[in-house]
Amino acid sequence: MPTFVYMTSCDGCGHCVDICPSDIMHIDTTYRRAYNIEPNMCWECYACVKACPQNAIDIRGYADFAPLGHSVRVLREEEKGTVSWKIKFRDGREKNFVSPIRTTPWGSIKSPSDYQAPSPDAINGQELAHEPEALHIDKLPALTPDRLKQGLV
Amino acid sequence: MGLFSRRKTVFVDADILVIGGGFGGCGATYESRYWGRDKKVVVVEKANIERSGAVAQGLYAINCYMGMQWDENQPEDHVRYARNDLMGLVREDLAYDIARHVDSTVHKFEEWGLPIMKDPETGRYLREGKWQIMIHGESYKPIVAEAARKAATKVYNRIMVTHLLMDKTKPNRVAGAVGFNVRSGDFYVFRAKAVIVAAGGASHIFKPHSVGEGMGRTWYAPWSSASAYALPIQVGAKMTQMENRIVLTRFKDGYGPVGAYFLHLKTTTENAYGENYEPTWYDSIKEMVGDYVDHQPVPTCLRNHAFLQEIKAGRGPIRMVTKEAFKDPHKEQVGWENFLGMTISQAVVWASQNIDPKETNPELVMSEPYVMGSHATCSGAWASGPEDYAPDEYQWGYNRMMTVEGLFGAGDTIGGTAHKFSSGSFTEGRIAGKAAVRYVNDLGNDQPQVDETEYENLKTMVYQPMETYQVGRNEIVAGTVSPSYLLPIHGLQRLEKIMDEYVGGTSTNYLTNEPMLTRGLELLTMLKEDLDHLGAEDLHQLMRAWELQHRVLTAECVTQHTMFRTETRWPGYYYRADHPKLDDTDWHCFTLSRYDGQSGKWELEKAPVYHIID
Repeated sequence: MPTFVYMTSCDGCGHCVDICPSDIMHIDTTYRRAYNIEPNMCWECYACVKACPQNAIDIRGYADFAPLGHSVRVLREEEKGTVSWKIKFRDGREKNFVSPIRTTPWGSIKSPSDYQAPSPDAINGQELAHEPEALHIDKLPALTPDRLKQGLV
Repeated sequence: MGLFSRRKTVFVDADILVIGGGFGGCGATYESRYWGRDKKVVVVEKANIERSGAVAQGLYAINCYMGMQWDENQPEDHVRYARNDLMGLVREDLAYDIARHVDSTVHKFEEWGLPIMKDPETGRYLREGKWQIMIHGESYKPIVAEAARKAATKVYNRIMVTHLLMDKTKPNRVAGAVGFNVRSGDFYVFRAKAVIVAAGGASHIFKPHSVGEGMGRTWYAPWSSASAYALPIQVGAKMTQMENRIVLTRFKDGYGPVGAYFLHLKTTTENAYGENYEPTWYDSIKEMVGDYVDHQPVPTCLRNHAFLQEIKAGRGPIRMVTKEAFKDPHKEQVGWENFLGMTISQAVVWASQNIDPKETNPELVMSEPYVMGSHATCSGAWASGPEDYAPDEYQWGYNRMMTVEGLFGAGDTIGGTAHKFSSGSFTEGRIAGKAAVRYVNDLGNDQPQVDETEYENLKTMVYQPMETYQVGRNEIVAGTVSPSYLLPIHGLQRLEKIMDEYVGGTSTNYLTNEPMLTRGLELLTMLKEDLDHLGAEDLHQLMRAWELQHRVLTAECVTQHTMFRTETRWPGYYYRADHPKLDDTDWHCFTLSRYDGQSGKWELEKAPVYHIID
């Protein structure tokens, strides 16, 4: 289902509004808190759930096919580099999982312009940035034009 | 000028404009900056690139990696695999091009911080299958977005691009794009020397299984609204293989992926009576498609076909046999984390229905059709191939340039290149980015000019649904029923119903024929006329209105192509009941279409297929 927001936890910060890929988390003008304006366009991607600093957003499985009483909770910790899940079945069984999310510090990726500029005529060749080194082989593979022919194979 | 078209206009100048900040767009941005150090590279994204596109939720595998450093596969092998899966028809020049570069992309992803699982014995990437490697990809998109943000001059989030702009000095040359900010409502005119369309493919063209609250749980993201196709179609770019929609076998209701289950967990499928049903249908499939059924691996569409036949024979539901595999704690963990990493809803469905695959073999389902270009399907724009080996018919300019000058594409946008997935889409973006820099360099002083009349007319058109709503709303007391306007959801549901019932959706078991397609086109024409009466209550609904416009134009293109190809090339994706067999004599070719925006007419033609012949 779709997401919903707990009234007592949400402080209206708008992180969910900012991140939602479907543009369906909006701030209610009366309560100054977030809510899902279009549940039938929710993919249950959990982007808003993960982004909420107050853990105010949860998912209740789509009413069409998900019986009540379940929960799938997530805690994404960027500093620790992990995402933790707690799955609770309708009948009370639980499962827990933890996975790494990143092996390098956030913000550490170099801009392509921080690398040495390619030679001017390299733009006319077929190699892309960081090739052939980044391929981990000596040379970019290529076909010769005579390898491509019409017919059945 | 209408009430709502008095909105502010913001002008943005760019050397290279990248439309869509998913994997294709991020790759295009990165590479444009690498080769064009002095270029202004602008990204425009409907949502927020941190979590946008098909990978917003994450992925648990990279499905396109050669492993050339360990001699696991060569690019030729991947071309043969994609060709085989698509029943003989892929752009092998483009597919080879992606395959030869994709390893460098994946190695950069790992360097940037993506956790790729390793085989503890060999130290190599852990293979899920021949082409797939396993990752902890919860943050796959945020990591790749970070690289794109570092590379871009500026990223404009929350702007929906509605139309491309054409050059007023030269016909058939692109000059930019227009759109609106879904928060401020400002109108944006992007003036660009080159444009790379890297927008999303299409969910919600065909009616999904779930039509209530769960209609958002489509296999492909609900925000993939066919802009990948509508933007090029509107300006007359040639499209290819648009009939080649895809249907997916997935876990029921949540659409959880089955790849890791088949390939890594080694689970199999069975019918309701515990029988392996695929051999039952071998002879009848052979009758339809000939030797293609003997190819290994068996093409995705043919496995779908066997599934569908078994259901029709009354031996459903089809289930995945998981009980054995899940006794192994490692496999159980992989099975669950696979969903949590990319399709969390499946975990929600199983938790809600008390389905523990250790104790129950879960049900599978065949999805509604989708139109896209990066999975086991290859709809999209007809693009120029790599300069070093593409045949003459496939080369008219720069690599990945469409048939409109200066207009490039990547990811779902480019047709003929199945099985690129996330890594291949990023790679194709890189190829397009480098080519676009070269194109801009070569332009010199001959630069495209936008036409003020054109963008002012578009501005009026873009905001028209808000004006229509404002005026029509006063006619009625309350509610959603008006004689003067349709809301975007009304139009969307009509589109889905037409496509479902006439163009091969689930309600006809994916079957259509010429009379059905003819009737479908009549109804689509009326729907297109009705789109002039869309009403939008606010900017969010205005975004939905333009998403619908893009979907309807794409759906019309799909229907035209389906009509043109008088054979059944991909049983299990769709059936032309009036031409029930594969026909290599007449149809071992690509289908191409071109839309004339002035007359509303479509022209269709065939294009030759070139194979790597050994």
